[in-house]
Amino acid sequence: MVSALLLHSAPEEKRISIYSNAANYSLPVLERNGDEYIGLLELFEPLGAVSAKASGPHWKFRYYDVDSDFVAGKTRARIRSTDYDLPASFLLENGRGLVPLSCLGTLMPRILRGPVTFNQNSRRLFVGNVAVHFTAQVSKTTPPKLVMNFTAPVNPMIATEPGALRMAFNHEAVVAPGSQALTFDSKIIPSASFQENNGAAALVVAATVPLMASFANNGRTVIVEPVPQAVAPSQPVSVPRPPTSASIASPAASAPSNIRRYFAVVDPSHGGAERGASLTAELAEKDVTLALGRRLRQELETRGLPSLLLRDGDTTLSLDQRASLTNSAHPAIYICIHAASQGNGVRLYTALVPAQAESNGPFLSWDAAQTAFQLLSRTAGTGVAAELQSKQIPARALIAPLRPLNNITTAAIALEVAPSSEDVSQLNSPAYQQLIVAAIAAGVAGARDKLEAGR
Amino acid sequence: MIPRHLIIAVGILLAITLGMSLYVLRMPGRVERSESSAENTQPVAPPVSGSTEQVTLYVAYDDAGVLRPKPVRIQLPAGRQERAAEILRALLTLYLDKFSPHPLGAGSEIRDVYLVDPGLAVIDLNAVFADSHRSGVLIEELTVVSLVQTLSANIPGITRVKILVEGRERDTLAGHADLSNFYDVPAVTQVVAQLQNAP
Repeated sequence: MVSALLLHSAPEEKRISIYSNAANYSLPVLERNGDEYIGLLELFEPLGAVSAKASGPHWKFRYYDVDSDFVAGKTRARIRSTDYDLPASFLLENGRGLVPLSCLGTLMPRILRGPVTFNQNSRRLFVGNVAVHFTAQVSKTTPPKLVMNFTAPVNPMIATEPGALRMAFNHEAVVAPGSQALTFDSKIIPSASFQENNGAAALVVAATVPLMASFANNGRTVIVEPVPQAVAPSQPVSVPRPPTSASIASPAASAPSNIRRYFAVVDPSHGGAERGASLTAELAEKDVTLALGRRLRQELETRGLPSLLLRDGDTTLSLDQRASLTNSAHPAIYICIHAASQGNGVRLYTALVPAQAESNGPFLSWDAAQTAFQLLSRTAGTGVAAELQSKQIPARALIAPLRPLNNITTAAIALEVAPSSEDVSQLNSPAYQQLIVAAIAAGVAGARDKLEAGR
Repeated sequence: MIPRHLIIAVGILLAITLGMSLYVLRMPGRVERSESSAENTQPVAPPVSGSTEQVTLYVAYDDAGVLRPKPVRIQLPAGRQERAAEILRALLTLYLDKFSPHPLGAGSEIRDVYLVDPGLAVIDLNAVFADSHRSGVLIEELTVVSLVQTLSANIPGITRVKILVEGRERDTLAGHADLSNFYDVPAVTQVVAQLQNAP
């Protein structure tokens, strides 16, 4: 218990983040004699060719052809044959040279021979012109959407908390857009604030309703919008109001009536760094699933079934993120799309719920969240398979150990689309993709009443 | 004047010398070729003594996308855990064969099988097995189900199976089949029943 208390009260490790064209990385900051220090060798190592050699009190450091000489316990150093004064003594620990953190803004440009911007308070260091800027605007649509356009692709960690959605940029050089506090002309999304601390940046969007985020434009655009509500519009939703919206008349109860309620969530599997199967030398599974996903969303919408596409660009989403986003959208059905070069036609999967995943009282086990919906999922799978077969497309219904199917709290199916012949490139053919998704959408539409009744 | 028989003898000797020289020159190449053709990347099963026993392997067939039981006779050691590992190695030998119905990457191995009471079996695969495995929902499911069903059908008392790679937990086999959870044998038996029916 004592150790648990000690662990709990342990202070957060101090870190510095370095953003450059060569690499974005984070290093621990050391406390020595009341000052913050950093190892010079590990600071420069990801940026280029470095070497260091200790000789008595001298520590000779070389970055490409730039030579520096530091002396243990002294503040004066020589860089490129000129004197340089450190704000505190240089330290030599077991051959490792440490310099005060506060000197990085002036020391690094001398060695790198280029501009460096160092925000010492947040411990974020930018080498060259690498900062990622963004604009944020709330649309006048109903419900409103906060659209943020970034100058480079971003992949923040997204977390929701009462009255706010937090996007943590741990690896991206995102900087504040002029002011750190943003206000919007919206009662549902009134403000956002940009925060920088301990080598990381975060954007916290305040709202009076639960929010969700999606990505577009290859990760350059993040759209934050209210989560579609599963409860009847007349039922008030209890959402704590953020302090920034104190003057706003409680919109929480009325907001859900304006929020779009999705019937289906379409999830193109893989994406970003995760390519999925290599279908041919050039064709990755993630690209085929995205194309199929976009077409399926269109086909479902055409049939009057509002649909949400989880990934509308080449972005990385973890399986847990996919499940969380789906469960918070409360759709009637979740459809995950895969593609394969083996076999032919379409294989339809429902979840194999793992062993030892039991729910306790009102709490659902994450791994067995699908248990109560397995029958509904199989009904949907059977309906889609029948529709595919009626269009002469081979279809087979199976159970599979495929996440995140078992984490979904609604009807959930996965499709694995294979070519109809030996020609794998057919998977990329618009005509073949359209034939498949039209049949799937028709199958889902055919099961609409059962799915609506099941949610 | 050189006698005729002497000229013939010298000629024969020169021909033999030339022939031998050519043979010696080509010899290293032949040895390299014969060595490389004899190279076998399949794991070598440790020697086991005793008579052979019949076991049922659940073999995946990619062409039809099915799993079929295949009775085979193999020599098995006495220990329960060693038997479990030996049975799975017999299954792997089939998959690594030139005419495999469900090819695995060369060098794929079962590192070990641990039987932990009550009813838990842990299969530890080597990294090559997972890293070289083809990616796809069905193709990965066939491998996982084949391993779990072969083990549980031949070693009584197994109710749950966990698959590790190099002794560590891994999210998926090759991007699809879940390895983060335990496999419930009765549930897998249901999947096997589905996979025995050709589409």
